[in-house]
Amino acid sequence: MSVDLNIKVGGAAGQGIQTIGMILAKTFKTSGFYVFATQFYLSRVRGGHNTFQIRVSDTPVIAMTENVDILIALDRTSIDEHLKELSNGIVIVDKDTVELEDVSDSIFHVPILKIAKDVSGNRIYSNTVAIGAALGLMCFDFDHLAGVLTSTFKKKGEEIIDKNIEAARSGYEYAKKNYPSGCKFLITEPKKKDKLMLVSGNDAVAMGALAAGVQFLAAYPMTPSTGVMTFIASKADRFNAVVEQAEDEIAALNMALGASFAGARSMTTTSGGGFSLMVEALGLAGITETPVVIFLSQRPGPATGLPTMTEQGELQFVLNASQGEFPRCVLAPATPEDCFYLTAEAFNIADKYQIPVFIMSDQYLADSLFTCERFDPSTFLIERHLLHANEYESTQGKYRRYAFTTIGISPRAIPGQANILVVADSDEHDEFGHIDQTPTNRISMNDKRMKKIEHLKKIMSAPQVYGAGNSQVTLIGWGSTYGPLTEVVDMLTKEGHSVNLVHYTNIYPLPIIPTKEFLGRSKKTVCVENNATGQFARVLKEYADISVSEKVLRYDGKPFSPEFIIRSLKDKGVI
Amino acid sequence: MVSIEDYGEFDTEWCPGCGNFGILKAIKQALVDIGRAPHEVLIASGIGQAAKLPHYMNCNLFNGLHGRSLPPATGAKIANHELTVLAVTGDGDCYGEGGNHLIHAIRRNPDITLIVHDNQIYGLTKGQASPTTEIGMRTKIQTHGVFNMPLNPLALAISLDCSFVSRGFAGDVPHLTELITRAIRHRGFSLIDVLQPCVSFNKLNTFAWYSERVYKLEEEGYTPNDRVKAFEKSLEWGDRIPLGVLYMHEKPTFEDHLEVLHSGMLIAHKPKTELVNELIDGYI
Repeated sequence: MSVDLNIKVGGAAGQGIQTIGMILAKTFKTSGFYVFATQFYLSRVRGGHNTFQIRVSDTPVIAMTENVDILIALDRTSIDEHLKELSNGIVIVDKDTVELEDVSDSIFHVPILKIAKDVSGNRIYSNTVAIGAALGLMCFDFDHLAGVLTSTFKKKGEEIIDKNIEAARSGYEYAKKNYPSGCKFLITEPKKKDKLMLVSGNDAVAMGALAAGVQFLAAYPMTPSTGVMTFIASKADRFNAVVEQAEDEIAALNMALGASFAGARSMTTTSGGGFSLMVEALGLAGITETPVVIFLSQRPGPATGLPTMTEQGELQFVLNASQGEFPRCVLAPATPEDCFYLTAEAFNIADKYQIPVFIMSDQYLADSLFTCERFDPSTFLIERHLLHANEYESTQGKYRRYAFTTIGISPRAIPGQANILVVADSDEHDEFGHIDQTPTNRISMNDKRMKKIEHLKKIMSAPQVYGAGNSQVTLIGWGSTYGPLTEVVDMLTKEGHSVNLVHYTNIYPLPIIPTKEFLGRSKKTVCVENNATGQFARVLKEYADISVSEKVLRYDGKPFSPEFIIRSLKDKGVI
Repeated sequence: MVSIEDYGEFDTEWCPGCGNFGILKAIKQALVDIGRAPHEVLIASGIGQAAKLPHYMNCNLFNGLHGRSLPPATGAKIANHELTVLAVTGDGDCYGEGGNHLIHAIRRNPDITLIVHDNQIYGLTKGQASPTTEIGMRTKIQTHGVFNMPLNPLALAISLDCSFVSRGFAGDVPHLTELITRAIRHRGFSLIDVLQPCVSFNKLNTFAWYSERVYKLEEEGYTPNDRVKAFEKSLEWGDRIPLGVLYMHEKPTFEDHLEVLHSGMLIAHKPKTELVNELIDGYI
């Protein structure tokens, strides 16, 4: 029997639902299951209603389905809001702490607080009791949980570890003994235990940047991008990198450009609101041809919007931001593997083409946890594309930072070298970098910069085709929606529909692969996007002259579930 | 030996008689006096007549956005702290558009010398009020005269405990040269506010107007080591205007706090990418 279980932990901010979720996710992963976890939280430190949802399966899962099997309710709101998501599931709740009339048969009372106090002498062990109870319902091998608790509380000493294990075991035994039919969700552990990672999109981006040898990061904290900045800051000393929290996003990108100009691999991290402040400096990167990587984690706008929720609403903004015309590159990872490898690659692209490169994520991808194959940094080589020291002499003191070349890329030197003066200007400039406003120079310099995009196009990767090559219906996606979209293809194919997916991570410049070939064979093409207007559909129209036949859009701040997409496809009569 | 010729002579777009010429001359002479070759110097600038200055001498330069000379200067200093980094800017550029960056650059205290061409008017956009324009001055936009209190950059800097706060005068090049030399030699963030007559748009604060009022602090036995006295001095404006260093003290620079820089330039360190494998293992 295959395993596919959803566990949701709900409560107020500050109740520790993330700790419960993380321990559960790690426990399942350790025992060989595939895990996918998402978080939903509000913009507050205490209170509100937050959830952490974990899907457990013995086959790879990279999306969240809507049905909940076990709901661990730490507050009343969790029951009011999520009881309807259970079809044959159970709510674990402590009626001593959560006021509750008999609302449903699925309620399973566990005296969490009492057990915590009795066994470990402190209410802070309540969450561990709840974790134990959930695993008790599955008759799960307790040793896996004991192992994860041991490593989680390693730094706090043996007494704390023991008390946690005792609390967990008591919750576990209570559920096993008291749940009427016992072992409600008996699950069999996979025999094959792959050495998989359990990692969030944000952590994967940060590791990708470190693998690429990032030396300088300047940013201003902004949800949901902050995790990348925090991660790199925590490793900066060991990696010989510097992280600076700028006074605002204007300073952040300008600082990153100054550092990059002087030779450091540089990046910034932000979300749409912060990026709005960076727009002028984006143009500065464009005209001074200064490499930089911009990690942009999207959240719903405009202005403050829904600060902790998800959306893919910034694509057109990123493509069109800044006055003037200059090349840029936009990459949108679909999975944690993409987060790692594309981020690393972004630095090489930025250095080679001397352009700004975007990594576009969103709250959903940033905060979700995936099990995935171990990243392999050895597949990546740092390529700086800097003028070599022995080439300085040949410039004879007449170094031209913006020399005209056939491919538009000028040999890049960094300041501080004898015989070389590096001149960069936000004004239109001549080959040396000095201000030149003559029409002929303007045309030559603009053409030089724009030429780079033609060469960049050639290295952009084709979209991934998932499912059958020829299908009646082709779904089109970009970035973080890959997980739910692949599951839609699997589900509909099983139901007998002819559906496949064409998914883009290399967004701009749109790869020159015969896009029409990918999409032309389908009777219906459906662009699925986490925004209100179909921004990627517009990209396809503008750069590949493809009009999609239908759009499935979601813009309520939540990520797609496969069920949501299938319902929409049915509503629209696509299937 | 570095000579003034190394820094070159270039045609400029400045009006004849502009105070900028004196400042350019002083910067070049100060760098020569210190013995810095052009390739060891990076000048970051923003936008405005002052910001064009680095184009008129041989040096590395990053002529960025309006108001944003300091953030790229800071980034470049972190990447390569062996560069002598100057930020050259004007009163509109630095005190208006870029005011926030000034505050935080002072807080960070990178070893950067900031030279502000303060002509108390907007030159490039032709004569509007700047943050330091005096109350009552009429312009095409401030048709009833300026209402807003002028910003006092020296008082602001001293209030933030800036490690080097000074005022120069474009009409006294030898004194300004000496000031710039001291500021560059000073470890930490140095501000030089330079009184710079604008011959085209500021008919009030002229060479003559300044010359009648300025005096040199060092000639009056002033020692720039007391923050409170310095603050008091910074408020002096009118019949007598002090020139020289108002406040100076040593404290750890931004670079001092970055351990990685103690063993060489950031860009000279090899990234330790091999450690990524360890991080990855932590996720298994």
